[in-house]
Amino acid sequence: MRRRILLVSAALTACSGCSGWQSALDPQGPAAASLDRLLLGFVLVLGGIWLCVMLVLAAGLWRRAAATPGTARRRSAWAVGGACAATVLVVSGLTLASYLASRAAPLGQDEPLVIRVRGLQWWWEVVYPGADGQDLVTANEIHIPVGRPVRIELSAADVIHSFWVPNLAGKQDMIPGRDNVLTFTAWEAGTYRGQCAEFCGMQHARMAFLIVAESQESFDRWRAAQEAEAAAPAGEEEARGRQVFEQKPCGACHTIRGTEARGTTGPDLTHIASRQYLAAGVLPMTRGALAAWTADPQTIKPGNNMPLVPLTAAELQAVSAWLASLR
Amino acid sequence: MNTMPQPDQRDASLEDARLDIMLRQVWDTPRGLWGALATVDHKVIARRYIITAFVFLAFGGVLALLMRWQLARPEGQLLGPDVYNQAFTVHGTSMMFLFAVPVMEAMAVYLVPLMVGTRNIAFPRLNAFSYWMYLVGGILLWGAFIVDLGPDIGWFAYVPLAGPQYGIGKRVDIWAQMITFTEISALAVAVEIVVTVLKQRAPGMSLDRIPLFVWAMLVTSFIVILAMPAVMVASTSLILDRLVGTHFFNPAEGGDVLLWQHLFWFFGHPEVYIIFLPAVGMISAMLPAFVRRPVFGYIPMVLALVGTGILSFGLWVHHMFTTGLPRLGESFFTASSMAIAVPSGIQIFCWLATIWYGRPVYRVPFLFILAFFFTFIIGGMTGVMVASVPLDTQLHDSYFVVAHFHYVLVGGAVFPLLGAVYYWFPKFTGRMMSERIGRWVAGLLFVAFNFTFFPMHLLGLLGMPRRVYTYQTEMAWGGLNLFVSVSAVMLAAGFLLFFLDAIRSARHGEPAGDNPWGAATLEWATSSPPPSYNFARIPLVQSADPLWDAGDELPVTSGLRVDRRELLVTTVGGALPEARESSPRCSLWPLWSAIATTALLMGSIVTPWAVVWGSVPVAIALIGWFWPGGSKEDES
Repeated sequence: MRRRILLVSAALTACSGCSGWQSALDPQGPAAASLDRLLLGFVLVLGGIWLCVMLVLAAGLWRRAAATPGTARRRSAWAVGGACAATVLVVSGLTLASYLASRAAPLGQDEPLVIRVRGLQWWWEVVYPGADGQDLVTANEIHIPVGRPVRIELSAADVIHSFWVPNLAGKQDMIPGRDNVLTFTAWEAGTYRGQCAEFCGMQHARMAFLIVAESQESFDRWRAAQEAEAAAPAGEEEARGRQVFEQKPCGACHTIRGTEARGTTGPDLTHIASRQYLAAGVLPMTRGALAAWTADPQTIKPGNNMPLVPLTAAELQAVSAWLASLR
Repeated sequence: MNTMPQPDQRDASLEDARLDIMLRQVWDTPRGLWGALATVDHKVIARRYIITAFVFLAFGGVLALLMRWQLARPEGQLLGPDVYNQAFTVHGTSMMFLFAVPVMEAMAVYLVPLMVGTRNIAFPRLNAFSYWMYLVGGILLWGAFIVDLGPDIGWFAYVPLAGPQYGIGKRVDIWAQMITFTEISALAVAVEIVVTVLKQRAPGMSLDRIPLFVWAMLVTSFIVILAMPAVMVASTSLILDRLVGTHFFNPAEGGDVLLWQHLFWFFGHPEVYIIFLPAVGMISAMLPAFVRRPVFGYIPMVLALVGTGILSFGLWVHHMFTTGLPRLGESFFTASSMAIAVPSGIQIFCWLATIWYGRPVYRVPFLFILAFFFTFIIGGMTGVMVASVPLDTQLHDSYFVVAHFHYVLVGGAVFPLLGAVYYWFPKFTGRMMSERIGRWVAGLLFVAFNFTFFPMHLLGLLGMPRRVYTYQTEMAWGGLNLFVSVSAVMLAAGFLLFFLDAIRSARHGEPAGDNPWGAATLEWATSSPPPSYNFARIPLVQSADPLWDAGDELPVTSGLRVDRRELLVTTVGGALPEARESSPRCSLWPLWSAIATTALLMGSIVTPWAVVWGSVPVAIALIGWFWPGGSKEDES
């Protein structure tokens, strides 16, 4: 049945091959898979009950009543009593099933990788705690190794957000003044999309992130690259771009390690060009997108906290060239 | 009950025609503006309530259409994020607070006094006051939306987004005060219904002869009385946080953001049953007329209503399963949320048994009952799914939930309500609605509703969160959303047809007669529409289905005075006559009180001092209202 639902939806959506990258019906880890099985069980049981009730209703409309009132009452009483008893049994069974499903936290033996994710209006700050207190800070794209449990420690900076990657796990809210935790494992390498699930204001719709699951080796490579400071400008245009970035107020909000920019209210841009998307899942990362965003962030994502910083065309070109080189 | 003749004028010795003239003199609302503003006739007020509520339904529906237009394609450009966020907030707030709850209470304001066989609702002036408050609350919300001050925080207004730091401007304050207006009116009506049902039933209508709709409204009213204070505490605390700098919900100062969710949902979940129980009462009231036999299992039905009412207070946490509460507590709320399927099941099984041994007559209200079965049970099933903590972590705040609650609220409440409008329209107006158009309405709404909302289940599972003003082209949601949006237009066409039929039939429908459906309850014992005094002589009830069992002549009582408004007070259990009580005459004081209260509440959006100075006119109006009148002590 679920297959059929998937087929129907796939046919209806007529979308390219991306239909599975933010879907609870395409589990890519044990947590989501157990929820998917539970979903299937619930749908089968409850759908069956619904069908039975509809059949009884149809039969009741179809038949011509012929019973003395006394018999009718007696039979009805038995039927209603039986149906109620069955309801109690089914409901108890489903309660038990969901209790067991929520208890079975598939952690495995491995030491989980801890990542701290903080929700802000309207982006995600991602921190990989370092052994020596040297935390790796990035944003909107979370890399994880395949097959190792990941423990996400969730918090919120301003309002309530909710962390949801349907392919990997159910959602968990990020609440100011509280700490929540979500643990999951990815089975296979791949890119899974997540999105804020709790309405958090004007740009709630544009608050997405990616989870990139990859082999331990490529994860280690990625982490080492991210821990490095920003690369020195490769050419003259990039060097000018860096200059403009440091002269303008950009550094008041953004950090680019290896430069004067030390702000923390906006996303860390040290390796911004290594990410697949810009502005929390809004634009695919290209130099053009970087230029468009820098030139006019309020048209692309109205209400977001990045102000319009007036730049000349040449400055804009230079800044986007430099940012695009920050891989 | 033949009391001895008294010097004052009683109805016992009068001819019917003469009695009608005398009762009209006492009970009729005076013509003209003064009468329109001062009336306390429950039927006049209920009619206003119902019409106003349906106007808000239409407004909310227009917003829904705008939202569907916006979401029909990815990166829609019709509404910006700001307008879209206002639109879904005002849509939800309007449907819940200005349509669903008031329309159910309004149906009860009209029907309960007739069904229990009395001449007016208890506290008729409070009733008038409640309508004015409701009207102002609605105008406040929609007026604010029109001038771009509509709340944009969702209908449950989670803090801190709704708090002073992030909900800037006056939008949230307007939302919170709109809550106050509608809660005052809802509480007032609830109190009236409880007292009407408990103390004004016709003699002989003991507890086991009360129509099931009246039982449903009694339970609903108790839920209102117990649940609404929670949201008033919540919205008042929110206003205090915003207006005078308290820190109820500020974690930085020792407040708690989850406190808001607990308070809101302690009201918000029972709210669902405040809407749903009247609807099941309507089903129980209509079904017998169309299968020609009483509802099977009167006592289980009543117990199921009461059980639902009690359980409804034990499952608010299932709206908070993803907030990280302790696992054991969550499991308890899973169990209680699923347990409420049992009383709902009892009612459905009893109705099925009723249909099984009945002979169905396929008139329009019955078609809506069938639509109810099909859709509401799907909503109930998805309700069991979201009650499961682990499943809810995937389903919560996604389009699956949007689908679920529309199945419950539209399938479970609006379909029965529309059936009820077709059913009681002849009683309200004296004219029938069109059977032919009604079939089209029922069919169109049924198909279009399922086309509109069923795909949303899939959208939710495909990862689409609710309350997004747009989505990117690379998401797999475009096709389904387009299908949903097209179906929504069809759904709107169905509602439009319904409104046109209602407006046309009110003037040109076929005359109905007293009891066009051959139903059994007392509201059909009087003329259509009923006279201002409802019943010339108060009926004497001898069974649960008085009009079926009494034959041609319904027994009546006598002994009430005809030279002043008087009604019969009976005992709670056996409905034995206890006293004659005078019923208030028309008055402008409820209107003045509503205006004074409006000034206070509106002022408090701007400055806390409005609460201080505004209470002076309120006090004056209330003193005027309660100033001892000329009537003597009521006689036992």
